[in-house]
Formats: sequence, structure tokens, C-alpha cells
Amino acid sequence: MSNDNVHTPVTTHTNSNGQPLLQIDDLHVWYELKRFGFGHAGYVRAVDGVQFDLKQGEAIACVGESGCGKSSLMKTILGLNMPTSGDIIFDDTALSQTRGEALRHYRSKIGYVQQDPFGALPPFMNIERILEEPLLINGMTDKEERHARIAKILEEVKLTPISEVLPKYPHMLSGGQQQRIVIARAMVMGPKLLVADEPVSMLDASVRVEILRLLRKLQESHNLAVIYITHDLSTVRYFSEYIFVMYAGEIVEFARMEDLLDNPKHPYTHALLEASSDPNADNALVMREIPKGEPPSLVNPPPACRFHPRCPHFMEGLCNVKAPPQFVVEEHHRVACWLYDDSAKG
Amino acid sequence: MAQVNETVLRVRNLHLYFQTRGGPVQAVDGVDFDLRKNEATVIIGESGCGKSSLAKAILRLLPRNAGRYDGEIWLHDQNIMTLSDESYRREIRWRRISMVPQAAMNALNPVMKIGDQVAEPAMVHLNLGEQEAMKSAVRMLEHVGVPIDFLHRYAFELSGGMRQRSALAMALVTLPDVVILDEPTSALDVLTQASIMNLMKRMKKELETSFILITHDIATSSELADNVAVMYAGQIVEVCDARRFFAKPLHPYSHALMASVPRLRETIEPEFITGQPPSLLNPPTGCRFKDRCPRRFEKCDQEPPMYVREGDRQVKCWLYE
Repeated sequence: MSNDNVHTPVTTHTNSNGQPLLQIDDLHVWYELKRFGFGHAGYVRAVDGVQFDLKQGEAIACVGESGCGKSSLMKTILGLNMPTSGDIIFDDTALSQTRGEALRHYRSKIGYVQQDPFGALPPFMNIERILEEPLLINGMTDKEERHARIAKILEEVKLTPISEVLPKYPHMLSGGQQQRIVIARAMVMGPKLLVADEPVSMLDASVRVEILRLLRKLQESHNLAVIYITHDLSTVRYFSEYIFVMYAGEIVEFARMEDLLDNPKHPYTHALLEASSDPNADNALVMREIPKGEPPSLVNPPPACRFHPRCPHFMEGLCNVKAPPQFVVEEHHRVACWLYDDSAKG
Repeated sequence: MAQVNETVLRVRNLHLYFQTRGGPVQAVDGVDFDLRKNEATVIIGESGCGKSSLAKAILRLLPRNAGRYDGEIWLHDQNIMTLSDESYRREIRWRRISMVPQAAMNALNPVMKIGDQVAEPAMVHLNLGEQEAMKSAVRMLEHVGVPIDFLHRYAFELSGGMRQRSALAMALVTLPDVVILDEPTSALDVLTQASIMNLMKRMKKELETSFILITHDIATSSELADNVAVMYAGQIVEVCDARRFFAKPLHPYSHALMASVPRLRETIEPEFITGQPPSLLNPPTGCRFKDRCPRRFEKCDQEPPMYVREGDRQVKCWLYE
């Protein structure tokens, strides 16, 4: 592994050309199901034809319920899973062609912020070792340099005084501080892309906003690309430029953040928005309209539009027969739903 | 509200301390609140403020290191704190007050069928025979929207939402007066969460049950709340009906907590609360929120009493002297 990457100062990532930093191209991630250990029993189609671009310095939010394939998508972007078909092109490297040492280099440029900070930090390592580990693995041998890097990053996540934090163990920190350490660890290699998997869902309301602001600040000062995964729509407004909604392994709607929140198109997005509440005493008086049923199994998803068995606008003979393509309803706003097929309306 | 329902549960000056090597942890420190029939009181607080301990104190499910445990809990006209442990178990727990504990959906018995599991409280606490109990279990499962063919399934065969519904059925099968719900929806997806909230709204209407909802999720709590009690560092700092609370909280802590909630339909920039909640081992003297309070003044070094404002709103803050 070359030391060049390690030695680049943390803040000098600029967009060299107009190319997107991350291109997800018709990505499929399928897991094989085995019967009795070897017999083939079908596939779990966790990610099925996902496509989007992400530029340097942009934040994108990925919204979906558990089991919709968002974690598989993230793991593939992180280089932990290999695409079944399609590809991920990150920083001019195609993931499907990358192996061994090059794969490690690929991974070192992507930071990962886990959901549960306490579970993500090894309990037997002190903070100094936790933050040193990625640098050691990636071949930064100079102790002074490692120290300088760690000190700088701790200052950025506002965990000071540094000399007090370094010898502590994770259990001695509060939830918010632990999440700051997780963020510092993700940032210590100077990544170009940060994947944050529900970074605030385990934290108290009063700390959440603080952590979101910290992520936003890091994104701006380092010109980072960020993928923010969440099921909580109320936090995305403060975070990302773009947002997409996943359902059963597919992207059902992709838009600018305000467009999606203020002018949602897909019936599933409508349902998600309807189900999220703001604090208001009137909520107790009304029943929420929730689509019937539960998200489908990804082994045998419903044919054509996967949302059709739960959809209030289900059109017999269309939604259950032909899969909807991505219709462009306005600039940067595409939706996979037959309701927006202009050609049919004439 | 036009007509006031009768009070089912009155908690007065309740204390629950835990013994540790460092000294007593004052998890519940002089808590007062009321719960009326067919209503829901929401107890809001951050983690570590003692809200789960309050649930345990009401249900007398004490850990071994429980220290001071006193106060009054009036269930209708009976002070249940005076009962012996044995008669509390026989007469109150689950018969009159039951609970859906935190993460109940992941705490179901993995080797017991759902039907048996829901019937069990009815057999143990109501002394029903097996068939009788199964009948009431079926009735309750139907009520909470679990299909009858799930009766013979195991917990792992059910989705998160269905397991949560089963846990709710276990708490309701004995038709208690009061059900305590400890973070009932925090591990669920948005849509499932909303449908469980719908279910609880319906339960509140259909059954003669009152709910105590313990949560840190203010937005979701407003789905069920009739009354709100805000807990901070072992104490209740504000009690109010939901309508006035969500419109304008009085206590500076409630205010900060409400301001920290990200809004979906409004573009208010949320604020965070600086600092951390105090340790319950040695809570600060005077007002416990004073170190984080933006409106602190000299008087805050003494403990404020509970002031009554605007008729029946209670707030523990010197600003309302």
C-alpha cells in the first residue's frame, strides 16, 4: 500500500473534474439461499437495480424500512460485499474489478459511522488505540505523525482536552461522546466519502441535533460526500441535498430533499410522511392512514411494482403486470410509479 | 376537557433509590402525578432520568440493590404501597396494573407458542383454567390485530410489529386498570410504529384502560398523550395536559426538549441542550437543571417547589414564583 494517501492532509480533497465521486450503476446484490448447506434454494434480492450518482461535497439521504436492502447497499459501497451484477465506481475505481491490496486502499477512502456507538467501539481498547488502529493498518509508521493526526481530528469532533480523552475507555464516555469517537475514527484516514448508518437513532433527542450538526460541519469543511441512511424522515431536512426512498430492494423515488418532503410523488413516500409525526396535541385525535400489510420478503418479491399489494392507488392489469420504469416528473425528481406515466394519459 | 374522568392512579412523593458502592442512586426522587380513567399520561425524559425506574417502582419490580422505596401509590381508594409483597403479587400486579417492558418484542419466550404465551398471565393471575385462558388470549389477540393462525407460531416466525402486538396482548389479557408502556415503539420502523400507535389509540377508546407511556420520543408521544409529565434527573419538573404542553411548555427544560425535536413539516432549526444530565448519585443541590439552564438566576441554588399556574399546570421552576 502506498503511503501517499495516508500523508495527504485531511482537508485538501477538491473535485478534480466534473465526474461524480461515486457512481452506482444498475447495482444488484443478491445473496444465495442454500438448502441443507449446499442445495440451491433461490436468492435474496437485497438490492435490485439501484442507480444514482454522488458528487464530491454532496450529501444524500437514503430512507427505507428495515429489510429494504439499504444496509446491503451500504455494505457494498463500503467494499464489504461484492456486486452480483452492475458496478460501483468510486473515485475512478470499479469495485467489481478490485481485489486484495487495492480493495484495502479503496476501503480506506470511505469512512463508516455505525448506528450503535457502544457496540461499534471495542470495549478493551482505549480511545487512543481505537483511533490509531486505522492509521497503523494503513501503514502510518511515524508515531508523532499519528499523534498529530489524532489530535487534529479530536479537536474537530470537539472532544477536548485531548490528553484527558485519549486514555479513556468507551464505557467511560456518554452516548454522544462515543458517537463523536466513532465519527473521529471514520474521519481519521481523511476519507472522501462518509457512510453514516442511522448515526443518531440510538441517541437522546437533546444530543441528536448536536451530532447532526457536527456531521454537517465536517462535510462542509472537508468537502465530503456523505450518504446518510435513516428511517426517520424528520432529521433529513437538516442534512442532505438529495434523498432517495428504497422499498424492497429498489429505489422508488429520488429527488431534491425539499421536493421530496414538500411534494412527494410515490404512494410509499406518502405513507412514510403520513406516519411520521411532529409534536402536536392534535395527533392524539386522528388515526394515521397506514398501508395494510408488511414489506415483502426479498426472496419472492411481488411481481412488477413491488408495492402494489399495499398500494391505495393500485391499478389492476398494470401495476401487477409491468414493472414501472423511473419516470422523470421534474428536474432531479424521478419516481417509479405508473401514476406518473404521462404517455398513457396522452 | 368538558367532563373530567375519575382518577385511577395517584402517585404521591414516590422514592426509589438504588444502593451502590458509590452511595444511593436517586433514580426516583419524590414523584407526584395522576392518571385518569381512559386517559394516557406520557412521561418524557432523556435516558438516565429515572423514567424506567419509575415504572418499576409503580409495579414493585425492584432489583436486589433497591434501597429507599417509599411514598404513596393510590389505585382508586387503596394505597397499594401498604400491601405486603405477596398480596401485591396476588392482587395488583398484572390483575390491576400491567406493563409492556422495554424491547418486549425481543423478550418473548422463544420456545413457547404465541397463544400459550398470551394465555399464561390469565392463568397465573386470574386463576383461569387452560381453556378459559386460551379463549381470552384469542379474544385479546384478535383485538390487537394478530391473525388467529399465528396462535401456534413461535416468536421468531413473527415480524417486529406482530411481536409488539403480542406483547401488548400479554399486558392487556387480564384487563387491568392501568398499563405501563415502556418505550413501546422505539425499535420499530416508521410505518409499524404508526400502526402500533393507531392500535393503542383504539385500545384506549375501546377498553376501560388507562395508559402510562414512558418515552424519550416526544413527537411520537403526542400521538397518544392526554397528559404530559416531564422527568429530569429523578424528578418531575412539569405536569400539564397535552394540548397546552405541546403548544407552549413552561419549564425551561421542557422548552429546550421541545426545541430539540427535528420537525418534518416546519423549517425551524432545532436546538440542542448543552451539557449532560447530572449523575443521580450526587445530584446537584437546588434546581437540578440549573447548570444547563439558559434562564438561571440566583434563586436556582435553592430547590424550587412545584408551582401551579394557569389553573392546573404544575411547574417546578422559580421563574413561576
